[in-house]
Amino acid sequence: MLSFIVRRLAVAIPTLLILVVLSFILMYAAPGGPFNSERPLPPEVLANIEAKYGLDQPFWKQIVNYVVSVVTQFDFGPSFQYKDRTVNDVIAQGFPVTLTYGFWSFVVAVTIGVSLGVAAAIKQNTWIDYFAVGVSIGAQVLPNFVMAPILLLVFTLWLGWLPGGGWNGGQWQFLIMPVIALSTSYMASIARITRSSMLEVLNTNFIRTAQAKGLPMRRVIWRHAMKPTILPVLSYLGPAFVGMITGSVIIDVFFSTGGIGQFFVNSAFNRDYSVIMGITILVGTLTILFNLVVDILYAWIDPKIRY
Amino acid sequence: MFPNRAAVEGVADSMQLAEVKGRSLWADARIRFFRNRAAVISLIMLAGVAAFALFGGALAQYEGDYVDFSLIGSNAYLGVPSIETGHYFGTDSNGRDLFARTVQGTGISLMVGVIGALVAVIVGTLYGATAGYYGGRVDGIMMRIVDVLMSIPFMFVLILMLVIFGRSIFMLFLGIGLISWLDMARIARGQTLTIKNKEFVEVAVATGVRPSKIILRHIVPNLLGIVIVYATLLVPNMIIFESFISFLGLGVQEPATSLGALINEGSRTMQFGYYWQIAFPLFFFVATIFAFFFVGDGLRDALDPKDR
Repeated sequence: MLSFIVRRLAVAIPTLLILVVLSFILMYAAPGGPFNSERPLPPEVLANIEAKYGLDQPFWKQIVNYVVSVVTQFDFGPSFQYKDRTVNDVIAQGFPVTLTYGFWSFVVAVTIGVSLGVAAAIKQNTWIDYFAVGVSIGAQVLPNFVMAPILLLVFTLWLGWLPGGGWNGGQWQFLIMPVIALSTSYMASIARITRSSMLEVLNTNFIRTAQAKGLPMRRVIWRHAMKPTILPVLSYLGPAFVGMITGSVIIDVFFSTGGIGQFFVNSAFNRDYSVIMGITILVGTLTILFNLVVDILYAWIDPKIRY
Repeated sequence: MFPNRAAVEGVADSMQLAEVKGRSLWADARIRFFRNRAAVISLIMLAGVAAFALFGGALAQYEGDYVDFSLIGSNAYLGVPSIETGHYFGTDSNGRDLFARTVQGTGISLMVGVIGALVAVIVGTLYGATAGYYGGRVDGIMMRIVDVLMSIPFMFVLILMLVIFGRSIFMLFLGIGLISWLDMARIARGQTLTIKNKEFVEVAVATGVRPSKIILRHIVPNLLGIVIVYATLLVPNMIIFESFISFLGLGVQEPATSLGALINEGSRTMQFGYYWQIAFPLFFFVATIFAFFFVGDGLRDALDPKDR
């Protein structure tokens, strides 16, 4: 097991380095620096500023400096737009928000999705099954940027039950719509995968054996069928995580929750490269770590994988 | 006692006929597809959406970028959808004809979806087939590259690219193409692994056909079924992807528009009471995605030998 983890880490670390280097090269290739404004600065002032941010050094020195400071100190440098803040300050402000509703969305998507899928598979061709299949088809065509305006229209404009945006320290009223908008389509996918996986497992010989020796159905499902059922779901969680973290951009923009997505889009319009890079690298790191955890879990659960 | 001679001959005739009219794999698939009611309805719906995007412009009474200044600010009661004014879908908050804009947006979304899927399918299939055919170390390295690329959240990198190199349709295609071939490559490789051990490939190798030619002439045609299925399922994903970018305001630029951009504008103005500005683009978006998914599912049932 240990050697498996080490081997996976050996892939994860170069991936991260590639991401860091790639985004730095992209930024370096950008036409026009962050300090080229409509009113050109005197050349001496510009030179001073560039020296402060290290932009006067040759390319290889800049990239080595950046990579070293990111890797060793998690320091993404100063923001080019917010004068008195560093990228780390921006992340420290936005990230807890994203993490909060992201975590709840993930919990909702997995628990409801898996329960719905299992219920649909056990009661195949009953109304529960049709309901679950109907929901998962419907939710497939409602990605988060469609879901968000619809929710806002119904719950804020028509019914007036929920606040239309803001964060307010993460009170539950402010959490509901972001979580629903973010989790629905993933919940649907998880339900669909669980259902088909469970149906497949229920047709295998070892389940028939378990039933034949007289185990109650409940025990058959939980003790025997659940483990192989959950494997395809587990391998879907990686892409789902990426999708949710990407979707958080929409949520932040739409509900003004103040997560990193909002900073990301603002920086994208203001050409604040260092913030964009910092967030890209942060998100990439999270994704790679998450995939690592999923892989390890998979290897741990699946007896067929030898490591 | 004796069976009717004519009837026996009739049966014999029909048996001969059946033998002569052997059905190909594709004919079989076609029959199965048209038996699937949801898929056929979706196909008709899709044809309708495509016709709307292609010929809707001829029906529109206004140009998409024509601004009726008298409507600005009083859109909620003057810009109501009506046949008399010629604004079939009403006008948007800038006094532009929503019908013409929806036609244009549907067209651009469909184009992005189809071209994006095409790029992904061509690159992914060739890459996957090559990796699968050569196998061994080549395969290991090529698929490891795919693994590495897959674990990068590309939406962020794409936005970074759009910001740095400027927004253009070309960048959008490049970014979408960069991301979407990965899944296709994995699928194509998996299929190639089973195909390359078949006798006809062995014969080709034995008669000295070059590997590149074996991949193009013997392996890729056999991947076609599964490739078509995934291409159809990729199109709606591409449309969603483009809409996502446009929703953030980083995609297609004004005065051109796409369904994502229209939904974005509509969602910003729905609080003022003109719901048609979000309803019509949303309807075409959902209808298109829905139809593509069902057609894709129908094609998979028809072409995928596993589920027969």
